[in-house]
Amino acid sequence: MPFQALTGEALADRLAEAVPDSVERADGDCVWVEPSQIAITAQFLRDDPGLDFQFLNAISAVDFIDSFDVVYHLTSFRQQHKGVVKARLHGRESLSLPSVYEVWRGADLQEREVWDLMGIRFEGHPNMKRIMLWEGFDGHPLRKDYL
Amino acid sequence: MTGEQEFRGIESGPLFDRTWHIDRVEGAAVQGLKDTSVEPLSEPLIEVPDDLKGNLVVTSVDALVNWGRKSALWPVTFGLACCAFEMIATAMGRFDIARFGMEAFRASPRQADLMIIAGTVTWKMAPAIQRIHEQMAEPKWVISMGVCATSGGPYFGSYSVVPGVDHIIPVDVYVPGCPPRPDALLFGVMELHEKIKKYHNLRPGSRNVPGGTLAAENP
Repeated sequence: MPFQALTGEALADRLAEAVPDSVERADGDCVWVEPSQIAITAQFLRDDPGLDFQFLNAISAVDFIDSFDVVYHLTSFRQQHKGVVKARLHGRESLSLPSVYEVWRGADLQEREVWDLMGIRFEGHPNMKRIMLWEGFDGHPLRKDYL
Repeated sequence: MTGEQEFRGIESGPLFDRTWHIDRVEGAAVQGLKDTSVEPLSEPLIEVPDDLKGNLVVTSVDALVNWGRKSALWPVTFGLACCAFEMIATAMGRFDIARFGMEAFRASPRQADLMIIAGTVTWKMAPAIQRIHEQMAEPKWVISMGVCATSGGPYFGSYSVVPGVDHIIPVDVYVPGCPPRPDALLFGVMELHEKIKKYHNLRPGSRNVPGGTLAAENP
């Protein structure tokens, strides 16, 4: 395994000193970030020379019925490590969080996919519309309550 | 006049002197033809040599047209999903769709007779399929390849998959399988050939119905 997986606590320690009030909690695998702070956090994660997360592997979302997790998988090729950052959104209606399009351009299509299938809007995204389903489709089919 | 003098006369001198020799040769040819053509020629006859006489066949227009259509059934290049790989394998050397005169997968629907719906048809793709089908020139045929194209298959009931491509365009032959092996596709192609052979092309309004009877004509 060439890439070392950073623990959530390690990431939380770095984030807590750089971006105050950004960390909600952390465990051995990932760190939960305050949703409104996700764009600032992403900027720090990318630009900090110690973390240096230049590459965004994927943005995905998980439905927990009463809340949603938006998951960011990050990799640093120079530091040879990887980490997982999550943002928890409570409720089911009119969910949104800041876009990280300005930090990683690869987020463009993936944020659109999350909006298309999970119904989470990304504020600040330049082209926030459905990507795979057609305009006028009713609902977001990867939600647990979609039938 | 000697030959040398005639030659010099062509090279130079007045027009009469230069063309005299040419005119005389031409006149000799005309006179020779007139002298030999003393009888009218008979009607032209097509003579069939004895060794060819057993090979002449009398056929109907239907059989000839249908044979021509089925023998060069050009498919449009149209792969939607994993079934396309089996379609590609059908075109390659081991199965060799060229045996049926079908190896020319056309990139333009204007030049194609057959559309092989190879794979899952999503609703977002459906307008494109319909348009390509409309762009194909008559007569045209459609093979639905695999269970996804036939009925939706494992995606039956999905929000994004057409429950059978026959919901948007008419289908001639259904090939089951997930995906169908090239053998199965070739069998479907041969069934389509049998269907094409049954067309009655001269009966009005019967172009797209094998057997030549429309439902309206058949009370």
